[in-house]
Amino acid sequence: MIEIGNLDFHYGPSQALHDITLNIAEREVTAFIGPSGCGKSTLLRCLNRMNDLIDGARISRGAIRIRGVDIHQRDVEVMELRKRVGMVFQKSNPFPKSIYENVVYGLRLQGVRDKTRLDEAVETSLRGAALWDEVKDRLHASGLSLSGGQQQRLCIARTIAIEPEVILMDEPCSALDPIATAKVEELIHQLKLRYTIVIVTHNMQQAARCSDRTAFFYLGKLIEFAPTREIFMTPSNPQTEAYVSGRFG
Amino acid sequence: MKRFFDSELELFRSKLILMGESSVRQARDAMKSLVEGDVSLAQRVIAADDELDRLEIEIDDEAVRYMTLRSPVATELRLVIVGMKASHDLERVGDEATNIAKRVVRLAAEPQLKPYVDLPRMAGIALEMLRDALDCFLDGDAEKALAVCRRDAEVDAINHQLYRELTSFMIEKPGTISRALELMFISKSIERIADHATNIAEEMVYLVRGKDIRHTDEVKRSGGAAALAGPSDAAGSDTRR
Repeated sequence: MIEIGNLDFHYGPSQALHDITLNIAEREVTAFIGPSGCGKSTLLRCLNRMNDLIDGARISRGAIRIRGVDIHQRDVEVMELRKRVGMVFQKSNPFPKSIYENVVYGLRLQGVRDKTRLDEAVETSLRGAALWDEVKDRLHASGLSLSGGQQQRLCIARTIAIEPEVILMDEPCSALDPIATAKVEELIHQLKLRYTIVIVTHNMQQAARCSDRTAFFYLGKLIEFAPTREIFMTPSNPQTEAYVSGRFG
Repeated sequence: MKRFFDSELELFRSKLILMGESSVRQARDAMKSLVEGDVSLAQRVIAADDELDRLEIEIDDEAVRYMTLRSPVATELRLVIVGMKASHDLERVGDEATNIAKRVVRLAAEPQLKPYVDLPRMAGIALEMLRDALDCFLDGDAEKALAVCRRDAEVDAINHQLYRELTSFMIEKPGTISRALELMFISKSIERIADHATNIAEEMVYLVRGKDIRHTDEVKRSGGAAALAGPSDAAGSDTRR
């Protein structure tokens, strides 16, 4: 579904990604792992052009195609792209608005005014994010009144409200306790029935539990990309083995 | 990068090596006691079995602890899993050595039925298989382990040959029945030791290559020889537990 071909990426003079070629399959969870600074988040952010916002950041070679369309072509609307490719961040970032308004924020931006449709979207998205039962009686309370894990699931609800095709997750559980983490992981497992998910994680066991395929990056290069069970059971590259065993460095 | 718990894995490996050496020694001494009619050696083999039992429990215990606390993956996980399985096989090798030694003690009360030629030959092959399988643990030579799997048929063939030979002894002279039966069971014990060596060899291939070769054509055991034995073959081979 997403084809990354021979991608080179620079932040100003320094090259952050070297010749990355990788295909992401539809309705699967693909995990990006690797030590800090290996380029995994950079690559994730390329997938919905979040790097456009950074001065001097540029793709110097190669292309990213989503369903065959080069997403860096001039005629691609960035807003339209980000609607199709949603993102959940490391630190949950609900807007200082009610739970309800957080979920419908994207829809309102799109000009949806119909109350019934908005109500429906709130329930469907919150159910989809496994949060409905916990908040259905206080939809007009502030999003910031929720716990950390609930806030992260609210952000996921906000992302799925605009019905994207792809959800990018950048360390979605690193600020959560184990119970909240388990809930988000459970949610990822359900979301992949409908969405294509790419997750960046430092938690190796999380990649092992949640993903179908895993890509290991080091120093801006893709070292190994294979079904997750192979990466963790029989990695073909010694660097991958060292990293997943915690012997790296 | 060395991790603070790497020494635990080293200790685990050395325990398994120690267990391998002990089981080879037990099997070798059991056979030596038969050939030389050395009852006191047989008794030492019987007494020494406890050590293998203790090592098996220690290895299992350490494997479970390591998996729980260190979350191993890839080669390391295979090492721990293979360690558990191989230690079980090695403990069974020890049991078979003990069985042989007990029969040696009983046989010593009567005159020798026949010169021991095939039994030591068969035991020689089984011990070599066991040593080669264990060598693979030390040097990671999976080819050597694969060769072990293919030798199992040789041992099976000798076992069947002995079975036929000892059966004719019993038919001709009923007075030999008790001794012939003891020898038949010793033959069976050696055949089992070769089976355990084959299991360990398969486990070593899994450790080194991450590939499960059990029950594949690569290691199909003993075709022709087994077919010759009847279904009522009490001392027959090919039983895999």
